[in-house]
Amino acid sequence: MAEERRFLSASGVPIALRRRQHSASCRELAVRGPRLQLRSLSAATSAVWLAAYGLFALCENSLVLSAAIFITLIGLIVYLHFVKIDQESLLVIGSLGIQVTSAYASGKESTTFIEMGQVKDVVINEAIHMQKVIYYLCILLQDPEDPQGVSEVVPLFQSSKPRLDCLIEVYKSCQEILEQRKTAPQSSEIK
Amino acid sequence: MLSSPLWWLRVTAMVLKVFFPSCCSSADSGILIGRWISEQNSAVILAVVHFPFIPVQVKQYLGEVQRVTKVSVSVLGSWSNSKQEKEESLSEFLEDLGTIFCHEPWIQISKEGDSKFWSCSILQKHSKNPQEEEIILVYYDQRKVMLSHLHPPLDTAGQGAEDASKLSAIFDTVARSQVLFMTDRYDEGPIKLTHWQSDGVEASIIVELLKQASVPASLLASNLSLHSHVFCRVLKFWPLSFLWSKLSTCEQLGHRLQHLQVISSNKKAQNQNQLMRKANIFVSLLIDVALGILLMSWLYRKNRIGHLADTLIPVADHVAEELQDLLQWLMGAPAGLKMNRALDQVLGRFFLYHIHLWISYIHLLSPFIEMILWYVGLSACLGLTVALCILSDIIALLTFHIYFLQTSIASVSYFLFLFIGTLLFTILLFLLPTTALYYLVFTLLRLLVVIVQGLIHLLVDLIDSLPLYSLILRLCRSYRLAGESLSPAPALSSQLLPFSGVRTKMCHPPWPGDSRERKPDPRDEA
Repeated sequence: MAEERRFLSASGVPIALRRRQHSASCRELAVRGPRLQLRSLSAATSAVWLAAYGLFALCENSLVLSAAIFITLIGLIVYLHFVKIDQESLLVIGSLGIQVTSAYASGKESTTFIEMGQVKDVVINEAIHMQKVIYYLCILLQDPEDPQGVSEVVPLFQSSKPRLDCLIEVYKSCQEILEQRKTAPQSSEIK
Repeated sequence: MLSSPLWWLRVTAMVLKVFFPSCCSSADSGILIGRWISEQNSAVILAVVHFPFIPVQVKQYLGEVQRVTKVSVSVLGSWSNSKQEKEESLSEFLEDLGTIFCHEPWIQISKEGDSKFWSCSILQKHSKNPQEEEIILVYYDQRKVMLSHLHPPLDTAGQGAEDASKLSAIFDTVARSQVLFMTDRYDEGPIKLTHWQSDGVEASIIVELLKQASVPASLLASNLSLHSHVFCRVLKFWPLSFLWSKLSTCEQLGHRLQHLQVISSNKKAQNQNQLMRKANIFVSLLIDVALGILLMSWLYRKNRIGHLADTLIPVADHVAEELQDLLQWLMGAPAGLKMNRALDQVLGRFFLYHIHLWISYIHLLSPFIEMILWYVGLSACLGLTVALCILSDIIALLTFHIYFLQTSIASVSYFLFLFIGTLLFTILLFLLPTTALYYLVFTLLRLLVVIVQGLIHLLVDLIDSLPLYSLILRLCRSYRLAGESLSPAPALSSQLLPFSGVRTKMCHPPWPGDSRERKPDPRDEA
């Protein structure tokens, strides 16, 4: 079943959290940010072209105008393909692992998979970001040498930056699945 | 280690993982062969064997594959892909197969016609305690998983295999079963398989040709490096070794010879890291020599060497004139500062004399410059890096006088301070600004030269150490580098791009004796 709820991000932008439960040990949580707005796109384009016209008026060289068009096009493509993240999702499968996917506006998807054996815990942490203190969800990875230690911290939802209420929902869903692996010991440990 | 009865192993909510190759999703009905990993409760399906087949021949074939690949391949279950409505007789036939190839648990996957839904169930005949088992079906791209290299963490000294990543067993299984993928649909034989190569075995002519050519090429390279080793031994003696260390060209040549030795060594690379290193060095050498030959062909056209030689002498003259003007300025009242006249004149005349010597030396060499440049330019065929190092050394030699001026004033002022300073401290204090000014001016000039040389050396180091092979591989076939081959992080969390789409279904194994299949769950999403 899928349900979608609206929240706010840390910078006040509306985001949507979609939760899908595929089975008792498999959950998918997706945070979708707002699409690229037409007004911000036209504002950026007009700013670049106004500057280009200003330069053209100064130096009478029409190369400036064509350069401005190229810059706008290439800048837009680069922005859509490398910068603008539309949706970040978390797929938690008990006994297999956690898969973190970021889908860019151009359709590109970048995935990271972390095995369940390396996941120590999923926690909400505080961080100082610019002039604010924000909460973020992160996965703690197990240190192979030290059973109590943490070798790496993998932050999640870095571009949509949901607020604490949304993070708590995600946290609860993840913990339900992570708890299952504690109550059901794996067969590899019993010989 | 707990000593407990066997049936306690099946605790509640044990999840069964089935790894199914995406190339088999459109295959005809048949039986599934693969490897069952009981420690992780997962089944890795490698191929589908189609009807008709003789069970004895299938078992023989699997025995041979097991012997060659050391992977315990067995029949895991049945696959049915019926284009029409589900046939009851077919499903019963498939269940009966479970009695011929007895395997615990027997996996049955079926796909109906054009429906998006798959149904997956397991038969456990010997379970004393039938649990509610959840099945996770992981759809994987066989070719990419086979070609992926997972690099283990570097510090596996004390850990052993227990902490090794569980998924590495899956990758390992597929990678080692390459011989299974060698037979395709067009081969005549009793067994008809479907896997990623079943439409015809893929290979690359270029790769095969390169493999054949690499043997004589490496023999040649090893011969070359043997001779150059002897040459290196001779040059270790003084004073040649002193000159050797001063000139960066010789250092670069030594570096490259060392690379050549690494490549041409006859023993094969032990692990992936060494192989990548060899490949990187090889590609880097190749590109270096290619660029060097390109540079040489450009340089020797239209008498460019002659033009270069012609402009060299006037440039040196010009620099010397500028230096003389500078010294005259320092001997007067530089920037309005009042210098100690006697010391000023002494230092100024001393340095003017040296510049005069230098100019005469340059003029003496001028007829031979063109020839020297011509022969030195030939060494560019050894590589672009060598040419750049030679350029840097030429700059160093030409501006040698500035280097000399700066060190001499440093040493002069040092001795002056030490000797007379103990006797006449006050006098020296007043002489300090003069010497400091001269020192400052010459140091700034020297700094300029050092910056230019530094940039050239930076470029040379970049060409030397850029892992071009890894970069190209990353751009063209990114799945080959899944893992930590480029960064030394200890964790094994890797980009699992080959795994796409996960389906799970809540399944109940039928009671012993009852072999009816459950209807597909409407919650199941394809």
